[in-house]
Amino acid sequence: MIEVEHLTVGYGDTVVLEDLDFTVPRGDVFAILGGSGSGKSTLLRALIGLEEPMRGTVRIAGAPPAREGPPRYGVLFQSGALFGSMTLAENVALPLAKWTSLDRDAIDTIVRSKLRLVGLEGFENHLPAAISGGMKKRAGIARALALDPPLLFLDEPSAGLDPVTAAELDDLILTLNASLGMTTVVVTHELRSIFTIARHCIMLDGRTRRIIARGEPAALRDGSDDPRVRAFFNPRPRAA
Amino acid sequence: MTDAHDPGFHVERVDLRDGRAALRFSGQLRFRQCFASWQSVRRLARPPAVHLAFDLSAVDTLDGAATALLLELRDEVVAAGAEAEIVGAHGGVRAMLELYGLHPPRPSLQAPAARIGILDQIGRETLGMLSENHGLDFIGDVAVAGAKAARAPGSVNWGDVPRLMERAGADGLPIVLVINFLVGLVTAFQAAVQLKQFGANIFVADLVGLSVTRELAPLMTAIIVAGRSGAAFSAELGTMRVSEEIDALRTLGLDPYGFLVFPRVIALALVLPLLTILADVVSIAGGLLVAMLGLDLTANAYLLQTQKAVGLWDVFSGCLKTVFFGLSVALIACQRGLAARGGAEGVGRATTSAVVTSLFAIVVVDAIFTVLFNAFGR
Repeated sequence: MIEVEHLTVGYGDTVVLEDLDFTVPRGDVFAILGGSGSGKSTLLRALIGLEEPMRGTVRIAGAPPAREGPPRYGVLFQSGALFGSMTLAENVALPLAKWTSLDRDAIDTIVRSKLRLVGLEGFENHLPAAISGGMKKRAGIARALALDPPLLFLDEPSAGLDPVTAAELDDLILTLNASLGMTTVVVTHELRSIFTIARHCIMLDGRTRRIIARGEPAALRDGSDDPRVRAFFNPRPRAA
Repeated sequence: MTDAHDPGFHVERVDLRDGRAALRFSGQLRFRQCFASWQSVRRLARPPAVHLAFDLSAVDTLDGAATALLLELRDEVVAAGAEAEIVGAHGGVRAMLELYGLHPPRPSLQAPAARIGILDQIGRETLGMLSENHGLDFIGDVAVAGAKAARAPGSVNWGDVPRLMERAGADGLPIVLVINFLVGLVTAFQAAVQLKQFGANIFVADLVGLSVTRELAPLMTAIIVAGRSGAAFSAELGTMRVSEEIDALRTLGLDPYGFLVFPRVIALALVLPLLTILADVVSIAGGLLVAMLGLDLTANAYLLQTQKAVGLWDVFSGCLKTVFFGLSVALIACQRGLAARGGAEGVGRATTSAVVTSLFAIVVVDAIFTVLFNAFGR
């Protein structure tokens, strides 16, 4: 589904990640892991076409990430990135109104079903400022799913959420993957979420700017010899 | 030495054999109490010794800042060429020393900034400002998006234009009317004093009519709109930028120029001439009030004289300028907003820059039009 070859990304003259190679199989739940400042979100921005690679290529279903035209994938940003002047229903309806010829009633029906899917039925007319952080993320997922994309990118979906809401989001991701076969790429450093949803992962290291581990999360946790990987999966406070 | 303010903290120097010495601390070493007397402690550490021990065996409590002072003093002694060590720490005191002193430094991902000269700094800041604003990129993007919008007008978010016109126009109308009424009033007052001396009272209508329709009303209205709507556009787009909403728009396949920028540009270009016509009317009304109260003119005479003096071109030329004022203010505000970086502070900087640059642009555009009108004999 996604093929990344010799990818180098950065800002200005600063290289954030260098010479990355990996593939995400169709139907996978793939996690991009790493500590704070390791370049996870930068890699995500390169995958979705918001950052131009310095070198190398990203191909999604054989083509570069779309910069124009109908979106081929949905994206949940870290903050939800809902449009503050629009209600939740208007946020979800926006891509449908832009990229389909459906009439108003059909769009309303789809919007209601998407919001129901993420547990926000009855909140159609709420503005983003009037709902909680977890609800914003769920509404962001509903908007990302509006056009039923085959690929979903999620940037730190459970960051800042209480454990119950985070588990609900993980459950939603697994359900979408199982029922629709949706390929999902998740940027996260939440260990519980990684082991719950991710089938494969890569781990980035901010100092070397490269991938330092790849494979199944449990196998990395139990079998990696790399001290950085072990420290990530088995964090121990020094005072403990 | 005992700290007079806090008897709980005590330190004394004991000189031993072979050039060895010890600073024996006792009691509670808390920053708030020991800070005032720390110079005395430094003095105690100053006489040269081959080896200086900081004996904390009688210290019950050590807080974070006091630990930092203690470690710094030890490092100073070592830097002066002596040996120094902290001894006798136990329990919580030892834990604090380990926390502050033994933690391995975490290397920064970025190299520390090198010290640079003032000329170098001015050059870097200038280049930084130029590259941060992305002004040329924006103009190029607007031109490309404008060409696309001309081919496919449906790509522009027309639905937002009435709402934006209402916000920039109807909502700003009271302040525009009040300010322009006062401008007409003040202009008439200033003129009245001079004209009275020559018995040319009636010409106050010419002066007010021509100056407000050609210059003052368009300028004042544009300045008010730049302060209100320019700042609002910049803050709005800047906030959208830093909260990833612009990125979200792009991932939904929506062009930020067609969706956000063009509706604002169109709204201001339409609303400013309308506001200016109303501003012309109230400015002349301001002049009329002064003429009636201060120059003993009748309303009829004043309005007839205004009608004779002010032609359609005078009103039209003023309104024509404001279309370009509106374009400038909206484009500058949107560019600054879309270029905002770095959270709330970045949005604040973008907004300030948008207003200042808009005011500058209004005056420049006005000067260009004045020269052009003059060149064509109007």
